[in-house]
Amino acid sequence: MADTVQEDATQKNGTLLGADELVLNMGPQHPSTHGVLRVKLKIDGERVRGTECVIGYLHRGVEKIAENRTYQQFAPYVDRMDYVAAISNGLGYCETVEKLLNVEAPARARVIRTILTELQRIASHLIWLGTHALDIGALTPLFYCLREREEILKIFEKYCGARLTTHAFRIGGLQYEAYDGFEKDVERFCKDFERRIQEYVDLLTGNSIWIGRTRNVGVLSAADCIALGASGPILRASGVKWDLRKAQPYAAYDQYKFEIPVGTNGDTYDRYMVRMEELRQSRLICLQAIENIPTGPILGKVGKVLKPPAGEIYHSIEAPKGILGYYIVSDGTTQPYRVRIRPPSFVNLQAFDKMVRGHLVADVVAIIGTLDIVLGEVDR
Amino acid sequence: MAEESKPSEKPEIKQPDAGTPPAPKSVSAAASPAAPKPAPPPPKPPPAVQLPLDNELVRRYRERFGAAILDAVEDRKQPYLVIDSAQLHEIARYSRDEEKLDLLEDYTAVDWPRREKRFDLVAILYSFPHNIRLRLKIPVALGEHPASIVDIWPTANWLEREIFDMFGIEFSGHPGLKRILLPDEWQGYPLRKDYDILQQDTAWVRENLGIDSGQ
Repeated sequence: MADTVQEDATQKNGTLLGADELVLNMGPQHPSTHGVLRVKLKIDGERVRGTECVIGYLHRGVEKIAENRTYQQFAPYVDRMDYVAAISNGLGYCETVEKLLNVEAPARARVIRTILTELQRIASHLIWLGTHALDIGALTPLFYCLREREEILKIFEKYCGARLTTHAFRIGGLQYEAYDGFEKDVERFCKDFERRIQEYVDLLTGNSIWIGRTRNVGVLSAADCIALGASGPILRASGVKWDLRKAQPYAAYDQYKFEIPVGTNGDTYDRYMVRMEELRQSRLICLQAIENIPTGPILGKVGKVLKPPAGEIYHSIEAPKGILGYYIVSDGTTQPYRVRIRPPSFVNLQAFDKMVRGHLVADVVAIIGTLDIVLGEVDR
Repeated sequence: MAEESKPSEKPEIKQPDAGTPPAPKSVSAAASPAAPKPAPPPPKPPPAVQLPLDNELVRRYRERFGAAILDAVEDRKQPYLVIDSAQLHEIARYSRDEEKLDLLEDYTAVDWPRREKRFDLVAILYSFPHNIRLRLKIPVALGEHPASIVDIWPTANWLEREIFDMFGIEFSGHPGLKRILLPDEWQGYPLRKDYDILQQDTAWVRENLGIDSGQ
């Protein structure tokens, strides 16, 4: 407790520097900040004594736009928040509006949604792994990761024509029927991917440079995570066995067996291990799901004009980066009265200051990488 | 839009008691053999989505805080409490420590310009031990300074800054309340209903970007 008080005091006097301290500006145009994140570092030699994140460079006012669009019109906008996991954003939004309308997507739609979302989780984690390793100095994994991600994007492209901002789902179900050979493609990817994960593991897991750069760097305890709202792999790496897919299942997750990986130390290495295990688990979910995709309609009974009864709803999903929540207030018209998006990256980034204090400047890069932020989502 | 919504929203919260859901059902059952015309009513009944809530949890809150719990509602099976802003800090602390709602999942606001208390602060709480969510709604008047809950949930720090940035609600006791997404000098609060979607701080745009309009 005394620790936090002291920290608050330093943060308050952020502009007052000690004799040996100076302020270093990092970003917004810096390759390892993964976008336009600007960090002001107060440093004493090589030690970081305090930080301030300056964000908002990518702010587009998504929540304001939502109030001026119909429910369907707003759906493509959510893809542009976390643009490396567009499908997860779309799933969260569509499910929230469905709950607001009190309709449910048909079983077939739910299963296909689950498959695509898990593929998206793998793709998102691959981007994280490649860039995180690159930041720390390992160049090779990036090429391998992008190679596998390409296979996933090809599946998306075949499915809906788009690779990045897919707008793959529709409120009430799916926009498109799965193409011929969809299961085959997913299966081929998943079968092959096991070997690929081993390649990353060979490159990094036992690598002494990797371990040296990540062990005991950016430690967060479970209590810190909960207090700071950090979720997703960050929370799990701190030893909290909690995943919304298990705690409050959505889509078709209740039908599949998978493990929630957890870490013990809550450091950067543990977060790496947790995400690597999530790659394996997502692969297993996909393999289970393609075994038995129910037949039937892909779109539930939703009107062309959506007028949800007045009221409000909150729904959240386990996006690759953490809890992605939507809070929508309806006034009974075709446009939402208010849409609030709870972005995992924004909330997780808040833990950055806690993680980085006392570390070296070089660790800042490792910690930004391990947070796995996407600035499109931080700034919205 | 806001003007229309206000009257439609208020009565609905109170109405459902009157037994709206069963009534239309019987109407449709009786009417369907006679003529297909009265069929439209069936899609209507769902609007009875807000129900007054009185469970163990609400009773504990009421016992503890009495009149500060202004209302307890269940909307689409999700519970929320409307609470008095004067007691926000105590209720927040009680929620975390006694009810084990240990995660502040989200904290945001909604603008209702026609209401006496213009804003609703909305805190979405989640409990890891009980796996439940509870929303707290805190009506706040324009110019009122609700207590900051950063000392209870550090995650509220940026969330309150964002509320301040977008709605102009100032929290008393916040360690460093300033804009977070918009530039510090920006004038206006974009998520208020009277802020048009095309509106911008023209002076700021001209001075800092060297253009007349960002649109």
